[in-house]
Amino acid sequence: MMNIQKIGLMLFVLGFAGFTALPFIGSYQLEKERVSEQVKDIHTEVMAEILSPMYGKEYSSNFAFISDFNAYFNSYNDKLKGDEDWDNVIWDNYVFPLTKAASKGPVSESPYLYLALTIGIAVLGGLIYILPLYRNEPEGIKNNGIYFSSMKSRGLLGIITGTWLILFYIILYWFPEYLTNLVLMVDPLSIALSGNPASQWFLYGFIYTLAILVMGIRMFRKYKGNKYQTIRTASVMFFQLSFAFLIPEILVLLNMPWHDFKNIWPLDYSFFYDYRIEGMMGSGALGMFMLVWGIILIVLGVPLLTYFYGKRWYCSWVCGCGGLAETLGDPYRHLSDKSLKAWSIERYLVHGVLVFAVIMTAVTIVNYFMEFGLLGQATDQLHSIYGFMIGSAFAGVIGTGFYPLMGNRVWCRFGCPLAAYLGIVQRFKSRFRITTNGGQCISCGNCSTYCEMGIDVRWYAQRGQNIVRASCVGCGVCSAVCPRGVLKLENAEEEGRLNEMPIIIGNKSITVKS
Amino acid sequence: MSKSDKHIVIIGNGISGVTCARYIRKKDDTAAITIVSGETEHFFSRTALMYIYMGHMKYEHTKPYEDWFWGKNRINLKQAWVEKVDFEKKKLFFQNAENLEYDILVLATGSKPNKFGWPGQDLLGVQGLYSYQDLESMEKHTQNISHAVIVGGGLIGIEMAEMLNSRDIPVTFLVREKNFWDNILPMEESQMINRHIREHHIDLRLETELGEILPDENGKVKAVRTNSGEVIDCQFVGLTAGVSPNVDFLKSRKENGHSLEIKRGILVNEFFETNIPDVYAIGDCAEFQMAPAADRKNIEQVWYTGRMHGETLAHNLTHSQPVPYKPGIWFNSAKFLDIEYQTYGYVPPSWDENTGSFYWEHQGGKSCLRILYNKGEHAIKGVNAFGWRLRHEFFDKAISEAWTVEKVLANLHKANFNPEFFKPFHQEVINKYNSETGKQVRMERQSFLKRLIGSRA
Repeated sequence: MMNIQKIGLMLFVLGFAGFTALPFIGSYQLEKERVSEQVKDIHTEVMAEILSPMYGKEYSSNFAFISDFNAYFNSYNDKLKGDEDWDNVIWDNYVFPLTKAASKGPVSESPYLYLALTIGIAVLGGLIYILPLYRNEPEGIKNNGIYFSSMKSRGLLGIITGTWLILFYIILYWFPEYLTNLVLMVDPLSIALSGNPASQWFLYGFIYTLAILVMGIRMFRKYKGNKYQTIRTASVMFFQLSFAFLIPEILVLLNMPWHDFKNIWPLDYSFFYDYRIEGMMGSGALGMFMLVWGIILIVLGVPLLTYFYGKRWYCSWVCGCGGLAETLGDPYRHLSDKSLKAWSIERYLVHGVLVFAVIMTAVTIVNYFMEFGLLGQATDQLHSIYGFMIGSAFAGVIGTGFYPLMGNRVWCRFGCPLAAYLGIVQRFKSRFRITTNGGQCISCGNCSTYCEMGIDVRWYAQRGQNIVRASCVGCGVCSAVCPRGVLKLENAEEEGRLNEMPIIIGNKSITVKS
Repeated sequence: MSKSDKHIVIIGNGISGVTCARYIRKKDDTAAITIVSGETEHFFSRTALMYIYMGHMKYEHTKPYEDWFWGKNRINLKQAWVEKVDFEKKKLFFQNAENLEYDILVLATGSKPNKFGWPGQDLLGVQGLYSYQDLESMEKHTQNISHAVIVGGGLIGIEMAEMLNSRDIPVTFLVREKNFWDNILPMEESQMINRHIREHHIDLRLETELGEILPDENGKVKAVRTNSGEVIDCQFVGLTAGVSPNVDFLKSRKENGHSLEIKRGILVNEFFETNIPDVYAIGDCAEFQMAPAADRKNIEQVWYTGRMHGETLAHNLTHSQPVPYKPGIWFNSAKFLDIEYQTYGYVPPSWDENTGSFYWEHQGGKSCLRILYNKGEHAIKGVNAFGWRLRHEFFDKAISEAWTVEKVLANLHKANFNPEFFKPFHQEVINKYNSETGKQVRMERQSFLKRLIGSRA
């Protein structure tokens, strides 16, 4: 490692440590005016009353502040719940906006400074480390030392990183009030983009996009000379930056609903929720376009594009989850489980989630047309169960938190209902396959090892069989790491795509079918 | 499906032995099959040993089948070293004093690195690379060393150089020939690899032979002396001057009247039969009495031939009508550091006046294509490709059907196996051919629509 890279790594660790420590600094003080600004009109009076013991009191940490807040707030609600006075219970979540509003720390005074000292330094350090990678080395993929690396082979560093990510996701989804300092620091940016102060989701989208961009640059270095990898990486960087990050914020600036035009139901599981439908229908021509475009993608886009190109057109070229997996997750791609057992678990799980998503959406739509006459409660409960179990726990905590432990495609492989849908099309009606080159395979195992989806690519390659699998996202890395030029991702005629009993070329004594 | 109650014992769990066992099981549901190996319990890909050293994979990733596979297919695995074989009593004796009886014996014992009697060749830190034990030894003897020497410019030599290079251990690479592997490769190809080796900062010494290996006071290697007298300090020496059949434990057991005929390898006919009934030999350790084809050697030591030997013998052991071993069009591949190599058909390092050669090299100097053809009919005989993946199926057909060079070139885009978006080379190749010969070979153009849906040419 060059000295400059060591400096880069140090800067990254510093920025990262700053980011981790930032939520714990500053003090908190709640004033009555803040409460009336942040809560709904119907709750103004009662919230002002509930929180009155906190006014003017300075809390030296968010723990103390949030603990007091919850104590007052919950005792109010618990009493009503005890009396079964359900109509008066406050169901809204006010702890995040009020904690944010009560923050008096240095972060709210100079957000740019703190942004620079945390995320800024981490990004800068990351780039200083990444840019000189493989410099003066001939083109070619170097996986040297991956299994000696603590970070990349489930060593201590990998476990620490995984734990950090898991904790980060748990706090982000269920306890965002502890992250208010981090959110405050990106407030000016959010206001500049959308005119609104930042939520925890803006913070998340911002670091998510940065992670894809910075680690995308790492991909350019690592896979230099491999044009498929380079173009594919540029594609996921573009879709994340524009479609997933900038355009939705600009839509909000224009008083439109936040909308990611490349997200597709059932990955975008709330697409048919009544608030989304109403948001789109109430936003004029562009809103109608969102609705129609979303439906076109589901019924035409997915089958048609998957027929021609395989599910890779989405999973490894466009999708945001895929984008993060292919960039931030690339150093962990080999950690996916290749066993037959893992494959059978995968099939039950991913198709199970698809069935769940379809049932939930069907109930939602039926209910929408029945104006909630019948299954009103059931819909809400289904939504919250799905949102909690699949949308947050599976996709976020497990999906990304487990990168350093189970590989970078845990969500895409075991949980994503859209991947399941794309996969069914890819398996049964598509021109896409990975072609095996005759008899050239030497069973070395590089392809299987570096398959992020846990496909035992070698199993097929060594028997001269094309790889046609529902889960293949077409990242192209098996082909890239193959030392004998055995694998090629191809779109071609359907005839001969599924060669169940292949014959390995080269032996004229007998024709043995595998 | 044939049914037999025979006990088939295979010595060696490499690609030949394992392929044989698998295909026997496919065709015979009842035969008892035992694979014996002292090296490892399970089959692993020998060619992938280098990747374990380089940290690309761990040992378990090099196993092509999960461990339950053998039990499920009722293939017994016996991990032990065979000390001797009693061909008369049909019995194996293991080093641990156990023994095992067989009805049919398949010898698939592979190779061992060549040693040519160099002084110091058995010192600590001097070794070849063939077995899993060799890998363990290399791991042990290359800790914290400052220089290594590789002797012998072949496939294993360049692999060892790459392995050491991946750990930042400086390497001096002694090659006896004028250019790297030029007993197999034509000059241009050899020179391309020469350049590429040097580009990786490996100190390549051509036309340099090993004189002797010098020990330190502990019996470890300290330096080598080349035939020109130069002394190169090093703490590790890789001996990679080829391999030869691993048959020593089978030799000169005359006391029981049966003696296995061995020349360099175990002598077999085209049915892999040795001179002893019910004893067969396949893979690296077998030596054909007559080469299987004009362009083939009597001993075939590559992965693919091992697999074909295994397939064919398995067929013969499970069918009443045995078939002779008839390999098709030759093919092989390798990777020299970052440059991939594929060959199909007959491409020797030099050729006679009846053979023509067309050679194209990319200006970057890392991709090239050579086509050898018969001057009379212009029929293709073979092709070498570097830095350019080619479709096996295409050339197997083109060569066996004796396509003209012009036909091959006009269809070359169909042979391309490089990943999508890679710069296509075929037009450049055709241009060079046309300008050299004054011919007008044209490639069929693909419509925009076909290119858009990525249709295979």
